Amino acid sequence: MRDNIISEKDVMQNQTAHPAKIAARNVQVYYGDTHAIKDVNVDIEANTVTAFIGPSGCGKSTFLRCINRMNDTIDVCRVEGDIRIDGEDIYDRKVDPVQLRAKVGMVFQKPNPFPKSIYDNVAYGPRIHGLARNKAELDDIVEKALRRGAIWNEVKDRLHAPGTGLSGGQQQRLCIARAVATEPEVLLMDEPCSALDPIATAQVEELIDELRQSYSVVIVTHSMQQAARVSQKTAFFHLGNLVEFGETDKIFTAPEDPRTESYITGRIG
Amino acid sequence: MTDITPSGASLLVQDARTQKRNRAEARFKMYGLAAIAVGLLMLVILLTTIISRGTGAFQQTYVTLEVPLLEAKLDKKGNRDLADIKKVSTFGYAPLMKAAFEEKVAAAGIETSLKSKQMAALLSKDAAATLRNYVLQDVDVIGQTIEFEFLTNSRVDGYLKGRVSRDSMANDKSINAAQLDLVDALIADGSLRKRFNLDFITGADASDQRPEAAGMGVAMIGSFFMMLVVLALALPIGVAASIYLEEFAPKNWITDIIEVNISNLAAVPSIVFGILGLAVFINYMHLPNSAPLVGGLVLTLMTLPTIIISTRASLKSVPPSIRDAALGVGASKMQSVFHHVLPLAAPGILTGTIIGLAQALGETAPLLLIGMVGFIASNPPDGITSGLMDPNSAMPAQIYEWAKRADPAFYERAWGGIIILLVFLITMNAIAVLLRRRFERRW
Repeated sequence: MRDNIISEKDVMQNQTAHPAKIAARNVQVYYGDTHAIKDVNVDIEANTVTAFIGPSGCGKSTFLRCINRMNDTIDVCRVEGDIRIDGEDIYDRKVDPVQLRAKVGMVFQKPNPFPKSIYDNVAYGPRIHGLARNKAELDDIVEKALRRGAIWNEVKDRLHAPGTGLSGGQQQRLCIARAVATEPEVLLMDEPCSALDPIATAQVEELIDELRQSYSVVIVTHSMQQAARVSQKTAFFHLGNLVEFGETDKIFTAPEDPRTESYITGRIG
Repeated sequence: MTDITPSGASLLVQDARTQKRNRAEARFKMYGLAAIAVGLLMLVILLTTIISRGTGAFQQTYVTLEVPLLEAKLDKKGNRDLADIKKVSTFGYAPLMKAAFEEKVAAAGIETSLKSKQMAALLSKDAAATLRNYVLQDVDVIGQTIEFEFLTNSRVDGYLKGRVSRDSMANDKSINAAQLDLVDALIADGSLRKRFNLDFITGADASDQRPEAAGMGVAMIGSFFMMLVVLALALPIGVAASIYLEEFAPKNWITDIIEVNISNLAAVPSIVFGILGLAVFINYMHLPNSAPLVGGLVLTLMTLPTIIISTRASLKSVPPSIRDAALGVGASKMQSVFHHVLPLAAPGILTGTIIGLAQALGETAPLLLIGMVGFIASNPPDGITSGLMDPNSAMPAQIYEWAKRADPAFYERAWGGIIILLVFLITMNAIAVLLRRRFERRW
């Protein structure tokens, strides 16, 4: 018995030692008859920020939502292929998407705090997953999450004020705090700054860079400057294909594919 | 390509086309104003009619007499045994009242050619029963002479309200000039007067002969029990069905058919639900006739589509981003619905439910078929089982019942009943509006 546990642990360690946190192979996504994602292969590393860029409708958000199976909520959507997190197939029949989403947090395009207090917004995840045994522990988790969301100092005096009363940028950082409160390993961000002004955007970007220490962050963005600023790896999607994937510096300075070059230089998109 | 040539027209002069458009707009505004004016006019006419005809029902004419409660008549054995006193029927009380009337006329110094029987005929046929009930409640009053306020009959009441006049009396065998003279004299004496009549709101219906004694109270209790059944059944069933259809059900042709049919059910005439209730609940399941339980079940069927439609609409109006947010932190589908979507939809659901209840409260047609119309609810139910299972009427059914009776005094009560019903409906709608105002969230 004991040996088994140890060997399992070894396997785990081997897997986490593997650079790819998320490995996608031959992923196809269909919306009804539309083939939205075509044969995408990508390896996303731990403790890196990976940016997905590309013109509207290229499938980058769709692919992002495959990673925590948010596409399951769309009836007509069908995913084929293989996405593994730490070597485990997340589309395996035994995987409960609810458990997966606790491990893979998500921040959405529009800040969407619950119409509850700031405290309850952050405490909701830990509560439903039973992460805190008592009120004091929950308080700690909430404080830690709000600190990580770089919003603690602004809201610590009004934790019981409604989350919807914050400014747009604060709301988005609150949503990030809410997402990290459940201790995820991967953080997916779907255009997190598109509804924010430049100052709020700068704050969120700074935060993303800090979050890299603890999480593997995947961010979809329309802004190439943002991708260049925050990410280490960049993937360029075009018409459902992953055209190019590599180090951000390289994508922006010496793209291999002519389509990437056209997009980056502003000729398409 | 056509060449665009500058027209050179001045902006200060309206061209023909603009003038035409402006005229059309002005005309449309006029139509709209006219429509609203017609609507308002109708509303004013409706309300003034109801109020002018109905308020009379809330007042009733009473005459105060000093009644000697003779022990020799009411309790011959003199032992104040309730069982014995109960044996004395209302006929035993009638002579006391005649005597009291004679006494009053004599005391007030009124000269009249009427015999005591004709004097007592001015009292309501209900008066003796009222006095008897009073005595039965407190047997110790026997032997005393008490001052008692008796209902007068509907002719006297009508005379005070202007419904009966000395001209209309010619065709009326129930009252004659000498009696009206006596009434006038009693008014002058101050012992006969019109006052607010609480019994109209709390009392039971009365038979054809005693319109002055009829009240809405028992029918109100019937309506209350029906609404209880509707609320207890339609709200949970409706909300559960809506949540399932809106949040969980796959979108396919089966759910499409269900959806279309729910919308169609909302438009089905209510009498269809009535005959369904008669066939299923009474003929097949043998539930009692005229029972508020059956009425409530029928009205539940009728209200369900309304509640489902409004609940689905309010669930739909919760932004999907809230669902995403809940799912995104790892809530299950059910948690996201019950923790986030449902609380946000609750004001809408409550509003829809109250509107549905208000609609059910005013519904008459289905009650016709299950026997709740035409029944005279004379006793208030005691307890919940009796309230649900004993024959009763409902407010709109009671109004219909009064409106079709011959005596014009009942007609007045029908209008009065409408006022009570409207008060209930307006209150419910106001609660709905308040709830919506109070709990509506914006995001």
